[in-house]
Amino acid sequence: MVGIVGYGAQIPRHRIKVEEIAKVWGADAPSYKKGLMLSEKSVPTPDVDTITLSVAAARNALKRALINPKDIGAVYVGSESHPYAVKPSGTTVAEAIGCVPDCHCADFEFACKAGSEAMFVGLGLVKSGFCKYVLAIGGDTSQGAPGDALEYSAAAGAAAFIMGKKDVIAECTHTYSFMTDTPDFWRREHEFYPQHAGRFTGEPAYFRTVKGAAAGILKKAGMTPKDFDYVIFHQPNGKFPQRVGKMLGFTKKQIEPGWLAPRLGNTYSGASPIGLTSTLDISKPGDKILMISYGSGAGSDAFVWKVTDRIKEARDLAVRTSTLLDKNITYVDYGTYAKYRHKILKNK
Amino acid sequence: MFPSRIWREMPQRYRLEASTCKKCGKIFYPPRLICDKCGYRKFEKINLPEEGKLKTFTVIRTPASQFSDEAPYAIGIIRFSNGLQMMGQIVDCDLEKLKIGQAMRLEFRRVQTHDTHGVLSYAHKFVPKWY
Ligand SMILES: [Zn+2]
Repeated sequence: MVGIVGYGAQIPRHRIKVEEIAKVWGADAPSYKKGLMLSEKSVPTPDVDTITLSVAAARNALKRALINPKDIGAVYVGSESHPYAVKPSGTTVAEAIGCVPDCHCADFEFACKAGSEAMFVGLGLVKSGFCKYVLAIGGDTSQGAPGDALEYSAAAGAAAFIMGKKDVIAECTHTYSFMTDTPDFWRREHEFYPQHAGRFTGEPAYFRTVKGAAAGILKKAGMTPKDFDYVIFHQPNGKFPQRVGKMLGFTKKQIEPGWLAPRLGNTYSGASPIGLTSTLDISKPGDKILMISYGSGAGSDAFVWKVTDRIKEARDLAVRTSTLLDKNITYVDYGTYAKYRHKILKNK
Repeated sequence: MFPSRIWREMPQRYRLEASTCKKCGKIFYPPRLICDKCGYRKFEKINLPEEGKLKTFTVIRTPASQFSDEAPYAIGIIRFSNGLQMMGQIVDCDLEKLKIGQAMRLEFRRVQTHDTHGVLSYAHKFVPKWY
């Protein structure tokens, strides 16, 4: 049996409301809230980045896995906001959790899909016997250009998963990936903010890819939407996952536990992985969970997870994702947000 | 900070590694080569707990230039259950609500960014315990 032996998340404490951003750009907050189905998003302080979020999430995963970090054979961090252009994030994470030097590290990038590809590769290495355990992380402190629609959703957070064969919390029974060259969102080198192709990011990009991945994995697993207890989709906003879920025949009840974008925003590489952590938090032994990520450019990784008895013992060994999402929140105004996100130019 | 110093201090800054004298049991953070109590040179490596209690703190309003964007901010000393004390920055807090004796959790954060081009340095900061 190959699957998740430990999982954990991290979300910054600060939030900004849609109204606060809309006010600055003369935009209509109610229509943005309705259009995106999103009311606020997480904001990282200047001392929080993809590496610090990854370390916190990884430590939560270790608390649930109850393993020696020295047994982790690989550390993979997937992000589109690695703090360095040149220098890995993974080595800092590996150093901080104490699994150096006997491990393999690589940073993954694929817009919002970088986290799930770290998970996919980790599962493969464990299955093949190359590694006893692999730590796979998806995390981002994503940036939306000031005034752009993405500014309302680009958020921060991370989720970490330790893949292994022994004492599995959720077995991975099937995977399927769907990839095409679809240029809907990109950032060229030396550019500060990404660009997107407006409405082209919807139908031909997100919806076609997620639906393609869903069709592929349902066929491969011989399952239908009714066979699942829960489903998690990539969530660039609150609306897309609800819409694609409805198109595919999933119910709101199946989507609900992993649907965090309305209060969290889009955590990019962390989005569907954090959704999986909050779903595992409330799942029961025997539950079947479908997870489908999406990364622009474009592709989806799909996984079928089957929850085991170990969830009962493991879930409260670390903080639940709902606690990170809803408790002890500090709201910031646009000025503070602009300062935190380095949107203000200062004299050198 | 030079990359070499960041690298040298990683065990204590990244993993909270301390050393316990194998003869008299005194704990050192950061780790030392010779025990200042009994002169012994053999130590056992331990990791500090992730939680402590705030012993004292002060609010910095006129910081060193590299921290000017962060002012005002609090610096505190926390005491671990093993008696060891550690100084650090307190973040994610309301400065008016900090209280001596308050439980604190250690979180891995960026400490210095060295403008936009230098090596990033990381260490643990204190966050009021909230769950
Ligand atoms: Zn001694």
